[in-house]
Amino acid sequence: MAGKKEVDQFSGVETTGHEWDGIKELNNPLPRWWLWTMYATIIWSFGYWVVMPAWPLISDYTRGVIGYSQRAELADTMAKVGQDRAARAGSLVDASLEDIEKDPDMQGFAMAAGQAAFGDNCAPCHGSGAQGGKGYPNLSDDDWLWGGSLEDIHTTILFGIRGDHSDTRYSQMPAFLKDEILTAEQVDEVVEYVLSISGQDHDQAKTANGAQIFAENCTVCHAEDGKGDRVQGAPNLTDAVWLYGGDRASIRQTVAESRFGIMPAWTARLDPVTIKSLAVYVHSLGGGE
Amino acid sequence: MAGEGVKAAASVNRHDVEAVNAASRRSLYKKREKIHPKRMEGTFRRIKWAAMAIFLGIYYLTPWIRWDRGPDAPHQAVLLDFPARRFYFFFIEIWPQEVYYITGLLILAAVGLFLATSIAGRLWCGYACPQTVWTDLFIAVERFFEGDRNERIRLDQAPWSLSKISRKTAKHLTWIVIAMATGGAWVFYFADAPTLAHQLLTFDAPAIAYTTIATMTATTYLLGGHAREQVCTYMCPWPRIQGAMLDEESLAVSYRYDRGEPRGPHKKGEPWEGRGDCIDCRQCVVVCPMGIDIRDGLQLECIQCALCIDACDDIMTKIGRPKRLIAYDTDSNIQARMKGEKPRYRLVRPRTVIYTAILVVVSLIMVIGLMTRSVIDLNVIRDRNPLYVMLSDGSIRNGYTLKIINKLHEPARFAISVEGLPQASARLLGFDDMSEPVEVAPDALRSVRLFVTAPRAALTEKSIPIVIRVRDLDSGTEVVNDTTFKAPIDE
Ligand code: SF4
Ligand code: SF4
Repeated sequence: MAGKKEVDQFSGVETTGHEWDGIKELNNPLPRWWLWTMYATIIWSFGYWVVMPAWPLISDYTRGVIGYSQRAELADTMAKVGQDRAARAGSLVDASLEDIEKDPDMQGFAMAAGQAAFGDNCAPCHGSGAQGGKGYPNLSDDDWLWGGSLEDIHTTILFGIRGDHSDTRYSQMPAFLKDEILTAEQVDEVVEYVLSISGQDHDQAKTANGAQIFAENCTVCHAEDGKGDRVQGAPNLTDAVWLYGGDRASIRQTVAESRFGIMPAWTARLDPVTIKSLAVYVHSLGGGE
Repeated sequence: MAGEGVKAAASVNRHDVEAVNAASRRSLYKKREKIHPKRMEGTFRRIKWAAMAIFLGIYYLTPWIRWDRGPDAPHQAVLLDFPARRFYFFFIEIWPQEVYYITGLLILAAVGLFLATSIAGRLWCGYACPQTVWTDLFIAVERFFEGDRNERIRLDQAPWSLSKISRKTAKHLTWIVIAMATGGAWVFYFADAPTLAHQLLTFDAPAIAYTTIATMTATTYLLGGHAREQVCTYMCPWPRIQGAMLDEESLAVSYRYDRGEPRGPHKKGEPWEGRGDCIDCRQCVVVCPMGIDIRDGLQLECIQCALCIDACDDIMTKIGRPKRLIAYDTDSNIQARMKGEKPRYRLVRPRTVIYTAILVVVSLIMVIGLMTRSVIDLNVIRDRNPLYVMLSDGSIRNGYTLKIINKLHEPARFAISVEGLPQASARLLGFDDMSEPVEVAPDALRSVRLFVTAPRAALTEKSIPIVIRVRDLDSGTEVVNDTTFKAPIDE
């Protein structure tokens, strides 16, 4: 102690007394320009306070003489993006759905806009991948109740199904047992017939009667061959896709109590370009006709 | 005073204390001592001139080399095109997803530096580092206007005169012109050089070009003209790191104290017996751009420029002693000679072998990568939501997004096929059938949707490996991507 600093024999420089594994730290003086550099940075900071936003005030902050703001820069960028988007959306207003799908530029825009709108509005019922669920149609398969062309999809989105819009797509299946149109036994028989035309296991003994009942009650909507009618949104009963389930119990429940799936009309909720974009997007999911 | 202190001792408490700054009377800060290196001609000076010419030539001229890549691509051999996200290096063109080539180059550079250092010390510092090269150039300019060492020292001490002002002004102006050319050359690496040069001269260039040039001019002028050895001694991390690559077998500019000591002045005709060859003339110190004495041993400040070798060789010739009292030598050789053993150079050491091995392996990987680099790229993204879709006839469909990259500078047409599921059928969204070629614009990426549908009966496993093949119809080049087909089967 007592001010006697250890001096390194080799370099003649005093040490700080710090030692690691026998290596001692030399207390070399800092170069003077280093000090000047520090003073320069201090002077720089004063200039910075004047030029750039720097000090918080009670309800505001010093804005600096050039008025730079990151927030304004962001708003600027967003406004530019908005303009660009509006210009691109503008080209979709008058374009036909087919043209949108054919033009790579418009199609790209519609796909992006449609995907975003789908996630926000449609995914709660149809699922984020449009795979649907019981009562909510899968939009990526090739089975369509009301048609799978661009135009059909567009109409469905615009006006909805069994909704409150005056142009909504509408149809209603009777509740054959509840409304006492058929007896329980007749319902069982027609269910066996439906199982038979969709190629599933069925009770051979009942299908003859079932066919009779089907011809009398069901063909108006589901057609004589059971393949359905898109004008009425009547599903094809001979394929593998079932909105409410294709097993015996599910079909029986459908016949006995009917089903009444509702989709809202979007025309009042979304702008025309978004709805067009949605139609293009849904059409591209794999089942578009 | 002391007597009073003793007298007062009974009534006053004595403190065993020292003033905080008493231990050292020296300043906390060190003034820079200006160094006036003397010019000395010799082997290493010539090597350094050559190295300077080569490195400065590469730096200033590279952006002007033209390279024909076709009509839609830049004609500059070396170009870092940030807006278009492309790096061009002669026949190599790097896309953003290929930055690993740059990583590879950086690894090669680092390991190369390690290898060179372990063989012969600070070769980089001494000959190739921009700080060394530009400082060397700036010192040459200084010498041109102000003369050699002694003249410069006299000029610095002389009172201001017209001649002093004009010589100093000419020096600083020349430095600034060199600095501006340095900054100017830098920006040419980032844009088409002739176009940018024209824009710069007509004050039409982007603001970033001017600010970059201004910054580079300022730093070059400051670091090459004024900071010089301070950069190496105080700012650069490499002098601290490089010691880890050295061992006692590494060559380094060394004063052979086994031969030089005991040193001392020598008069002509005096015998050389019983003394060393060093006549303590300090030629080695005056030529040193770092202003140090190599005879103090290996030190952090020494950039190993080897100029002191030339200086001492000159002296040794004059006094008729063998050259290379200062030379590239190894510590173990000096030790060996002192013990009377034969010196030997060991180039092959674990250290150099390992660095060389890494260098060779990384180079090989890079070369193989570059040689097999395809001009088309395929990325297949399987749909995960939903994993599969059941169609009305009960068959199963999987969806894939194909990202096809065409790196050519002309449009390409591709045929896409799916293999691995013979019963499956494939369809491209927006295409009539699979035989319709997929066109991809020059230098662009195109996304297409692929649907693969297989009858339920054909699916026996939950996950079936399939292969998607993309073939360039013009060149026949193919890329394949392995993926899977998912089926609704519980295992
Ligand atoms: S130049 Fe050579 S002889 Fe002169 S002091 Fe340096 S080492 Fe000694
Ligand atoms: S001591 Fe010699 S090698 Fe080291 S920097 Fe000075 S002149 Fe160059």
